[in-house]
Amino acid sequence: MKVIEKSKVWFGLSTAIIVLGLIMGMISGFNLGIDFTGGTMMQIHMGKTVPVDEIKDTIKEFELDADVIHAGTNKEEIILKTKKDLNSESRQEVFNKIKETYNLKDEDFRQAEQFGPSIGKEIQSKAIQSILIASVLMLIYISFRFEFKFGVAAILTLIHDILVVLALFAIFKIPINNSFVAAMLTIVGYSINDTIVVFDRIRENIRFLKKKNYGLLVNESISQTIVRSINTSVTTLMTITFLYILGVESIKEFALPLVLGVGVGTYSSIFIASPIWVMWKNYEVRKKGYGGR
Amino acid sequence: MNLKNAVILILLICLTVTGAVAGFKGLEVGNVKIKPIKDMMQLGLDLKGGVYVVLEAETDATGNDLDKIMNQTKEVLERRIDAMGLTQPNVNREGDKRIRVELPGVSDSNEAIKAIGKTAQLQFVDKEGKVILTGNDVKNAELMFQTDKGNLPVVSLEFKSEGTEKFREATKEAAINKDPIIIVLDNAVISAPRVNSEIPNGKAIIEGDFTREEAANLAALIRGGALPVELKEVQSSVIGPTLGLDSLNQSVKAALFGIIGVFIFMLIVYRLPGLIANLALVIYILVVLWSLIGFNAVLTLPGIAGLILSIGMAVDANVIIFERIKEEIRNGKSIRAAISSGFSRAFKTILDSNITTLIAGVVLYQFGSGPIKGFAVTLMLGIVASMITALGVTRLVLNIAANSKGLNNPKFYGA
Repeated sequence: MKVIEKSKVWFGLSTAIIVLGLIMGMISGFNLGIDFTGGTMMQIHMGKTVPVDEIKDTIKEFELDADVIHAGTNKEEIILKTKKDLNSESRQEVFNKIKETYNLKDEDFRQAEQFGPSIGKEIQSKAIQSILIASVLMLIYISFRFEFKFGVAAILTLIHDILVVLALFAIFKIPINNSFVAAMLTIVGYSINDTIVVFDRIRENIRFLKKKNYGLLVNESISQTIVRSINTSVTTLMTITFLYILGVESIKEFALPLVLGVGVGTYSSIFIASPIWVMWKNYEVRKKGYGGR
Repeated sequence: MNLKNAVILILLICLTVTGAVAGFKGLEVGNVKIKPIKDMMQLGLDLKGGVYVVLEAETDATGNDLDKIMNQTKEVLERRIDAMGLTQPNVNREGDKRIRVELPGVSDSNEAIKAIGKTAQLQFVDKEGKVILTGNDVKNAELMFQTDKGNLPVVSLEFKSEGTEKFREATKEAAINKDPIIIVLDNAVISAPRVNSEIPNGKAIIEGDFTREEAANLAALIRGGALPVELKEVQSSVIGPTLGLDSLNQSVKAALFGIIGVFIFMLIVYRLPGLIANLALVIYILVVLWSLIGFNAVLTLPGIAGLILSIGMAVDANVIIFERIKEEIRNGKSIRAAISSGFSRAFKTILDSNITTLIAGVVLYQFGSGPIKGFAVTLMLGIVASMITALGVTRLVLNIAANSKGLNNPKFYGA
């Protein structure tokens, strides 16, 4: 495997995705779910596919400015989303209107969710807080078991993963919500797990290091662990993909960031984490080289 | 294969099969009855349907004062919910000023939220508007029927001793001019009966144009006492029972397909060790499910996702071990030596990588709320269980296989 020789390609690719995502995010904004912005979601079983415009027309009087999308296997359900903070009474009013118009039963009101605007800010700040705390704790553990440089490389890779997944969400306009946060934190776990396996091999092979050729050492180590990396990603992705294909709407929301995260996590542990470590090691060698002679 | 190893192996397989069958169908041996896993698992609202609402107290109190108010509020809410006669309701404080109320099986969310969130300020006021008694003076409130007026539902009240005295004094005064005593609930006059004589026994009746249900609810509200603060609904969710069931069935189906996929993959890629890993994986799944029941954990949708992800990670431990063993075999070691050194090398890797993930899980549990916590629990449990089964079961069975003639051909190990 000649991973290190092409470091610039990997770094360039990742930077391009992150920058593109950031630009897209800044221009058109992230698609923030109601649990971030505050608002209300209602899911109603219609029994047949009803055109979105027709439903918007039905509930016009409530001035919800709602997004209406179809859900369910046969598109027999609708999901209403509005940034307005509706309490259970107002939700019932909206449902009653739809119920009357389309002759529905009470049990066709399948789900409703409402978030006050302050809840979203809290979730956001708690998520950032947890990622920071988790990163620091993991950095300490890795520095203790390996060396500080491995720890820093692992955490930088982690940040890379989160940025790439965020960028992908911005580029493809996937909604960012509560499950996304949990998924992000899983990525934190998975990406680190994967990176550590590669670093572990490098640590083991360091005794064979010749002429301070860290690039060669890392290439060797990656070759030795690549089969495992691929096999594990395949099995993990297999289970999550089934979840995505077969799951209900809320599971899909959860599975998608996981699929992206596991994919990005696998890629980065090979193509980002190790090259960062090599760059740092080489920089150190050069510095010592000039200073010593 | 020597006798001892054969016995261990057969025992292990029997145990696994029994465990799996018991999990699926339930088991009955003599007096001991084990219900199937799906009946014993506590399901979250998202899987069985119901209502949850997060209420925020509108108060500026802090520290101990806030604590006192919140605990009182929680108690009042609990009493009111008890009066509704639901199974397994849940009232928890969330953060500083919030209380999360979970009502499984409730379908009319509107009514439920209204009933529990009501402030129910009950007051007895004299004709000048002076407050004589409040809900806090009430000892008991019950639904009763006034037989002399055609079985009208009313609420009968019994006051605490202090309240009895206040009520006696007020009725004595009012009786002089046959003045009314006005009963006010949440700033609305419910009834204003005229007082004909002094009432010394601390008993009163609230008449109104009640239906039987309204009177029963009102009695429950008064019994529960007044909420010490106003509550605002900041977050709520209603999940219909059909959707809950759909979600559960779909996720179980997804999990089954995923697991079968993993089984086939492991068998094709790793052959004999793959078969052993599959056995370990079955045991892993049983361990996780039974521990979830043992810990009384509540399974939610994100929890299921965490479980499925942890299956992937359980396989990872096995993959690391087998890849190591393959390498050792290629380096010319015997099967037995390869297994032994493969394990000790893989052990360190698995430990380091899983502990870092575990750190993330703990942080997630500590700082997450609601569904994120559920996810963290299953993830942490999964990591611990996967280390136990991969390093315990896989190792045990692999060693047995390596020690048996006929099973120690490198071909079986995919090398």
